[in-house]
Amino acid sequence: MKEALRKAAGTLIAALGAVVLVSLFLDLVPGDPIDAILGEQARETDRASLRQALHLDDPLASRLWYFARDAATLELRTSVPPFQDRVFERIADALPNTALLACVSLLVALLLAFPLGVLGASRPGGKVDAAASGFAVLGAALPRIWLGPVLILVFAIWLDWLPVSGLEEPAGLVLPAITLGTALAAFLARMIRASVLDAVGEDYVRTAKAKGLPGHVVLLKHALRNAMLPVLTVLGLQLGALLGGAVVTEKVFNYPGMGTLLLQAIDRRDYNMVRACVLTFTLAYVAVNLLTDIAYAWVDPRVRGRK
Amino acid sequence: MHVAPAHETVAPIARRPRRPILAGVGPWIGFSVVVALVLLALFAPWLSPQDPRAISLADELLGPSAAHPLGTAENGVDVLAHVVWGARVSMIVGLASTLLSAVLGTLLGAGAGYFGGWIEDALMRVVDILLAFPGILLAIFITSVLGPSLWNVIVALCATGWTGYARLARAQVLGLRDRDFVHAARALGASDARIVLRHLLPNLLGPVVVQATFGVPGAMLAEASLSFLGLGVPPGTPSWGALVDQGTQYLMIAPHVALVPGLAIAVSVLGFNLLGDGLRDRLDPRRR
Repeated sequence: MKEALRKAAGTLIAALGAVVLVSLFLDLVPGDPIDAILGEQARETDRASLRQALHLDDPLASRLWYFARDAATLELRTSVPPFQDRVFERIADALPNTALLACVSLLVALLLAFPLGVLGASRPGGKVDAAASGFAVLGAALPRIWLGPVLILVFAIWLDWLPVSGLEEPAGLVLPAITLGTALAAFLARMIRASVLDAVGEDYVRTAKAKGLPGHVVLLKHALRNAMLPVLTVLGLQLGALLGGAVVTEKVFNYPGMGTLLLQAIDRRDYNMVRACVLTFTLAYVAVNLLTDIAYAWVDPRVRGRK
Repeated sequence: MHVAPAHETVAPIARRPRRPILAGVGPWIGFSVVVALVLLALFAPWLSPQDPRAISLADELLGPSAAHPLGTAENGVDVLAHVVWGARVSMIVGLASTLLSAVLGTLLGAGAGYFGGWIEDALMRVVDILLAFPGILLAIFITSVLGPSLWNVIVALCATGWTGYARLARAQVLGLRDRDFVHAARALGASDARIVLRHLLPNLLGPVVVQATFGVPGAMLAEASLSFLGLGVPPGTPSWGALVDQGTQYLMIAPHVALVPGLAIAVSVLGFNLLGDGLRDRLDPRRR
């Protein structure tokens, strides 16, 4: 637990580092942000007051301080007119949608990967194993920007079974979740197969078999549980990729989440919103990794015992 | 290309009975796809049926026909021509960013592993920060700031891509730096630079090449995603991702506009992955 917290603290520092880096980077944007916001014909007085309101002439350190203060008190406003929208409220609208999409995708990935991985490992080289490996190779190669349109075309336009996307009904999440989750499913299926195969070679599995336990009990109770550990480790890292993939998936499906918010903010040069999105994404990543570490301890009694 | 020297450097482990470089059907399929892609990219001007930017408003969004084997997109642009030229953009980004990332990351990682101390700490902390962040997101920021251009996409992908090679190279060097041949080289008066470049780096080539084979399709996917988001190559440049972006608006009336370039990405990535799997089985001593 202590180790997990120490790691989380380290990643948190990394998250703050990311925000500083992004802020530094935003300074490099070619062109005057005032032009982007007010247009080139704006009056000089308006330009000057906007410069001041956005603290554009202050040194980076004080701008970062303003950002940190406003972000911490949830008072941060968008940096495009009319400057009234609280960034926090927009993120609070978008974040649950992305979280929902990511969770359903994770569920899709796990539901696909576990049966494929375990069945493949139960008879290596068999027909199911070949099919599962085929899926793993294909799934990893399918780009989301292709899978998404194909799914829309087949299931929403031709067959008319499912809506393209939407939050009004659960069916609206199916296609986006499959699009986002397939690559992860392919990766996990490979991982689960390999680690179950490793576990099957261990002494405790031989002991369980020698006790006369039926094959599926040995496989599911003894081998799979131990095979979970490496899977959990990579899962934490893979969830970062899932967040990145969410940006693309949200655009394919016109889904109102963090990715859409971020792309919009980049387009409008809404600096505060961009920074806030970066911060949110990184914090989400930190939180997910912390959760993975806790899950790790829960699955592995050896880690649980170590205080 | 850079496969042959790598294969020689791992000779000590490979001195057992000779095995073919690629075993099985999959890697050979991958190899064929990769060769086809390279040829397509090299000879795009001769293979393309017409100028990928030629506009003909009367022929907008047509299905496949004799004049346009894969149909047309917005403004009557020929999809086949766009896909052929798109291979060039995709390969340039994929190969250039992977090569730059691999060289930069390997040198930094090997240096960090060899010298240790604060250099290693500082570098690995930077790697941790960069890895704390989904790569594609960082690339989105960088291209959104630098503006759309081929070179900026390559820079953005290198900015995130080198970290993996740095980690790999450092880990490998940590395992090598106290081996006898390193001590022997030092005893003979070799400089640090010489030890790293002449004695350590050749031993890293195998794993680095394997990782790079997976880096190329990753970079191709990333370029397609960035161009799809409107943050990749400049508008008008033939790019698979940009064409998919355009096509998603016409899924109802002209699905081929999105599906054809999307399929090109899928096949390319699959090809590189299959080749990479084969090379890894062959070059990675940890696997059989």
